[in-house]
Amino acid sequence: MAELTSLTLEQARAGLRSGEFSASELVEAHLQAMERARALNAYVLETPDQARTMAAASDSRLKGHEARALEGIPVGIKDMFATKDVRTTACSHILDNFVPTYESTVTANLWRDGAVMLGKLNNDEFAMGSSSESSYFGPVISPWRRRGANTPLVPGGSSGGSAAAVAANLCLGALGTDTGGSIRQPAAYTGTVGVKPTYGRCSRWGIVAYASSLDQAGPLARTVQDAAILLRSIAGHDEKDSTSVDLPVPDYEAAIGKSVKGLKIGIPREYRIPGLAAEIEALWQAGIGWLKNAGAEIVEVSLPHTQYALAAYYIIAPAEASSNLARYDGVRYGLRAAARELGDMYRNTRAQGFGAEVRRRIMIGTYVLSAGYYDAYYLRAQKVRALVRRDFEDVFASGVHAILAPATPSPAFGIGEKGRDDPTELYLNDVFTVTVNLAGLPAISVPGALSQEGLPLGLQLIGRPFDEETLFALANVIERSAGRFSPERWW
Amino acid sequence: MSIDADTVRRIADLARIAVAEEEIEHLRGELNAILTFVEQLSRVDVNGVEPVTSVVPMQLKKRKDEVTDGQILDQVLRNAPATDDDFFLVPKVVE
Repeated sequence: MAELTSLTLEQARAGLRSGEFSASELVEAHLQAMERARALNAYVLETPDQARTMAAASDSRLKGHEARALEGIPVGIKDMFATKDVRTTACSHILDNFVPTYESTVTANLWRDGAVMLGKLNNDEFAMGSSSESSYFGPVISPWRRRGANTPLVPGGSSGGSAAAVAANLCLGALGTDTGGSIRQPAAYTGTVGVKPTYGRCSRWGIVAYASSLDQAGPLARTVQDAAILLRSIAGHDEKDSTSVDLPVPDYEAAIGKSVKGLKIGIPREYRIPGLAAEIEALWQAGIGWLKNAGAEIVEVSLPHTQYALAAYYIIAPAEASSNLARYDGVRYGLRAAARELGDMYRNTRAQGFGAEVRRRIMIGTYVLSAGYYDAYYLRAQKVRALVRRDFEDVFASGVHAILAPATPSPAFGIGEKGRDDPTELYLNDVFTVTVNLAGLPAISVPGALSQEGLPLGLQLIGRPFDEETLFALANVIERSAGRFSPERWW
Repeated sequence: MSIDADTVRRIADLARIAVAEEEIEHLRGELNAILTFVEQLSRVDVNGVEPVTSVVPMQLKKRKDEVTDGQILDQVLRNAPATDDDFFLVPKVVE
């Protein structure tokens, strides 16, 4: 039954509805695949009992011809989403015994539509990272290897478990979160499709907060169509999130195969950074060619404040994190360290509970928000953010429908290879993705080619606010031109 | 701008994170690397620029002022490390 796991979500949906196989068979195939793939460390918690119960319920619905949009579709959930009665940790020691009494809105939307939960997926601690190495449960190992080598590689991050699970056929789709590129960069590193929706498109209620003005939930899947199907389910207004937007949710799947003729595609000259790998540049040119062949018009555009986006991000994100993570105090939930006095209890709990990268970001955030430094750092960063956003507004106002750029400056790297001595070395990975979060825009990462060493490379399309449909149509053109990429199984 | 060991101690205290004396120097280096990295923002002309306060331009929504939740004391306390009756228990605050 192994081949059931290699179906696309859309193929599985058709097979379930025609009765070719049952939801229970589909789930068993995935549970077996997960067991064989434990070396990848993609799941931090497998939930086979829940999966079987949900699949059985789906099977009776399917028999009664009452199938909902995602009936019987097995998915994995990043451990940043609160799941009722299922341990949720953000892959941090400080939450490693936390069992929510409530369900996040976006996961509740998946279950409302009949999806089946396989388990919780690994990520960088509190989603702070670009390699999924900072998890309390240990690093995620990419299912991809360089041609002829067995060096373990990172799957990217922070949604590295989600990306690895989708690429290795350990689920038909997964949820991730994207604060500075945490869906798009791992998607690019693993040959999968990742969508960061417009800020406000999906509810943030029940997601472990990292940087609230940047965080957004989104799907990872093996095809553009599968990602569109998942986004339609999770998107929508939620009264419990005051920043969620009350706009109708389009049928994103209908955008697949739609003509892109006459669409104006911007190529931002500032993304041609010094030292951009030749193979990334070649991929970018290939992407331009594919869209041109499909009838799109290519224009060069300028986003002049791009070079300052990373610095603004690495002030704003830690500032919001230091405030959001103040709640982990050992009093109401999570870890508590022994101490005789309340102040020491806080300090010891937070010292023991947070890993090195989280501690660093909290301290930077605390510093830039502290008296005397607020204006120089935080306020200035929020002004630069306004300029980054204005750059995009100007480009879109000139008639551009979407922007095409690489998703990452390089392919995946080895575990432990980056960021050892200087934490900012890893930050540079986010150079093409953070601008989108600062401006609140939607973007999609879609595989475009393999590197000379045989590793996936991704292209990124950035869209107008709430115009995810155009991104799906364009990404589908790239997907049809480039083909799909899957790793050879070694695990 | 470079921060010194005393500033590291002060930030750690504000953030309520215990830092051992032998970690200070290493942490100082890491924090300075980040601060040096973000220093480039001082080159941007931000005169007359309004800071971002809302990611998507929209009016903050208001809901009806009514109770929509509550009576879930057991759920609120379920994950607490220490409780006493209906209260969270913490180490002694005053002698």
